[in-house]
Amino acid sequence: MSQVEQHSHRPGERAASDTEAALLEQVCSAIHSRTPLSIQGGGSKSFLGHSVPGELLDISPHRGIVTYDPTELVITVRAGTRLSTLQAELDAQGQMLAFEPPHFSDRATVGGMLASGLSGPRRPWTGSARDFVLGTRVITGQGKLLRFGGEVMKNVAGYDLSRLLVGSYGTLGIITEASMKVLPKPRASAHLSLEMDPGAALQKLSEWGQKPFPITAACHDGNALHLRLEGGTGSVKDATEMLGGDELDPAFWTQLRELTLPFFSDPRPLWRLSLPNHSPLLNTEGDELIDWGGAQRWLKTDMSEHAVQQLALSLGGHATCYTPGHSEYPFQPLPPLLMKHHQQLKQKLDPSAIFNLGRLYALL
Amino acid sequence: MNILHDERIDGALPDVDKPALLNALRTDMPELQILHQREDLKPYECDGLSAYRTTPLLVVLPDRIEQVQQIMRICHQRHVPVVARGAGTGLSGGALPLEKGVLLVMARFNRILEIDPEARCARVQPGVRNLAISEAAAAHQLYYAPDPSSQIACSIGGNVAENAGGVHCLKYGLTVHNLLQVEIVTVEGERMTLGSHALDAAGYDLMALFTGSEGMLGIVVEVTVKLLPKPPMARVLMASFDDIGKAGRAVGEIISAGIIPGGLEMMDNLAIRAAEDFIHAGYPVEAAAILLCELDGVESDVNEDTDTVRNVLEAAGATEIRIAKDEAERQRFWAGRKNAFPAVGRMSPDYYCMDGTIPRRELPHVLQGIADLSDTYGLRVANVFHAGDGNMHPLILFDANQEGELERAEELGGKILELCVKVGGSITGEHGVGREKINQMCTQFNDDELELFHAVKAAFDPQCLLNPGKNIPTLHRCAEFGAMHIHNGELPFPELERF
Repeated sequence: MSQVEQHSHRPGERAASDTEAALLEQVCSAIHSRTPLSIQGGGSKSFLGHSVPGELLDISPHRGIVTYDPTELVITVRAGTRLSTLQAELDAQGQMLAFEPPHFSDRATVGGMLASGLSGPRRPWTGSARDFVLGTRVITGQGKLLRFGGEVMKNVAGYDLSRLLVGSYGTLGIITEASMKVLPKPRASAHLSLEMDPGAALQKLSEWGQKPFPITAACHDGNALHLRLEGGTGSVKDATEMLGGDELDPAFWTQLRELTLPFFSDPRPLWRLSLPNHSPLLNTEGDELIDWGGAQRWLKTDMSEHAVQQLALSLGGHATCYTPGHSEYPFQPLPPLLMKHHQQLKQKLDPSAIFNLGRLYALL
Repeated sequence: MNILHDERIDGALPDVDKPALLNALRTDMPELQILHQREDLKPYECDGLSAYRTTPLLVVLPDRIEQVQQIMRICHQRHVPVVARGAGTGLSGGALPLEKGVLLVMARFNRILEIDPEARCARVQPGVRNLAISEAAAAHQLYYAPDPSSQIACSIGGNVAENAGGVHCLKYGLTVHNLLQVEIVTVEGERMTLGSHALDAAGYDLMALFTGSEGMLGIVVEVTVKLLPKPPMARVLMASFDDIGKAGRAVGEIISAGIIPGGLEMMDNLAIRAAEDFIHAGYPVEAAAILLCELDGVESDVNEDTDTVRNVLEAAGATEIRIAKDEAERQRFWAGRKNAFPAVGRMSPDYYCMDGTIPRRELPHVLQGIADLSDTYGLRVANVFHAGDGNMHPLILFDANQEGELERAEELGGKILELCVKVGGSITGEHGVGREKINQMCTQFNDDELELFHAVKAAFDPQCLLNPGKNIPTLHRCAEFGAMHIHNGELPFPELERF
């Protein structure tokens, strides 16, 4: 593509690969004909938000690991790469994506992981998907292939567009490649269950949270408090001895991350509530599962979407519906002023209105 | 190319009727303190980048959010540019005033509104000093992690505007990783909440976008930060090396061993001698380089990590490894590093601090490049790094009273930043672009990328009244900068030219 060649003289700049060039060409032609695009990787997260009308733009052919230098703690990977491929590569070097992204399918891709911005059980202790993104290559609504950020840990040149795009569900541009910070796997870990009711668990978690305690996952599934401890050999051993309890199968955390625990098979609609970590038990109609040490609640309920979202709002958080087709507003509606600025941003970054229209909110 | 605002290439600024503006502000807010006499404006002519000064049109010092809103409404209505300023410690001129603009000083917003140990967060006004948050949280054995060297003076609002870092970034992240919620006032004077007290918020991650946006998108009026439990123990190892390349490689090997130190700092011989002369930290003045490696956490983990790091350092060829024997010695080791800038300042009438970042593996190569540039320009350079995250702070020594030295220092600084970009790094890791690095932005980004930045700005500030001219250069400026480079084609290191 001519846009790419024009800037290929810049230091460190790579020309577009064939698959990236094909994506760029499809976007340019969609801009030209004002054809809305429905962006898709593995389709594993397509159940979130509204379905998007338009021509399919398939990211999955643009796959592969571009660079990986374990001593730099950075991996650069194309958006169509499967999450399983990425994780196998990191595994081999004793490293990991610390935010434990949910897959929801074997076909899950890096692009979908970033577009949804979802993080797993370790999130409160090590950070979220956006926290680990260092740089991106992006196809913009102007039909350009641009790059923002880079492969370095610290970079405050210009606006942080890479992090803005994480969690924007493809509505502001298409990430074709991302550089992410990775971390070494912990040296020691332990998994245990403690018999206690959810209220007591929240109180304990709040207490432990104020201490240097090696917890990296904490969930109450209605039956018991499940904890993961990670760190050095000594600290994990000390904490395990102090806490007691029963040994837990580490597979529990994968099932929690993938929403495959028995709790999730309940036929009622599923809601995710993101709340301040010390929020009380919801004590509402339905069943509640506590994750993220209290900051993420999964709710199986027949309550109306308005009631669930009001409840989340009243506690200082927001609610997202995980049951497709159930809610008119799967993502919590925004206050008018904030929505106005979302619209202005969308209009500037996607002036031809082609990227995943309505996926997140009807007006974007 | 002068970095002061040049309307010809940085964009025209609206002419302001100063008496009418003053009158409007006074009529609406009789209790608002306004400075407008020349002698009163003098202290506000610059921020931490003191080589560049501009007298603001007038200075306002509000102490209530409603006043900030009203100031913004009046300025918006009258098309008056507004530059926000916190403590004024920024090193890149992000709060450099405009002759045709109001300087909005947020220093009076200095109250800690709430420390909530259960929620592990602090809600503070933007003028609160970075260190004051940790001091207030200490009663609960909690602290705020980002610790820029200026933390005794810099304010949290400025930290948000610049996405400030510090020596503990590799393990604990930058400002952006440690925020929960930011309240802003828009250019039109409306209040808007970004983020939330939960770990994420609905909609786009505007808080991430605003962090580090240098006051170009809105005015920060309240900040909620995360607090972390204080690590019960911290230990510092100091390793000496007879070769700076070996020290650079040791950094990568510590990381490869699966250790993420709380801090991993490196100083070269010139910086070591300057710091030792100033602080008497007990640094080895003969060493070509030292590494300071801080390990923190619970005692047993710190002990395990200490053994591992010691072995790595020995294998990497350290000539001496010392472990701070007590807290007093640990503080002394750090005092040398934290005072490296003023220490170098004592060796030279003036110094110029750079802030490039590079992939760690490029450290030996870039150090050689800096040494070569230092020779070519005939100016000494002391090197201080956040080595763990590849953030370099070369300090260029010069004497502004010597004809042409400031210009040579600036040009040398520009070349160092271009070298950082060339190896895949960035022109600024934590100090920001401001006005200081406005020209180097043309090296880091192409015209299309800069255009997209301008589009983002326009989504929040279509008339370009918030801190105009900072952070993102106009394409016009880049065209002139590029032309200048070609014109000076006979300059050293033509391979660095990129236009």
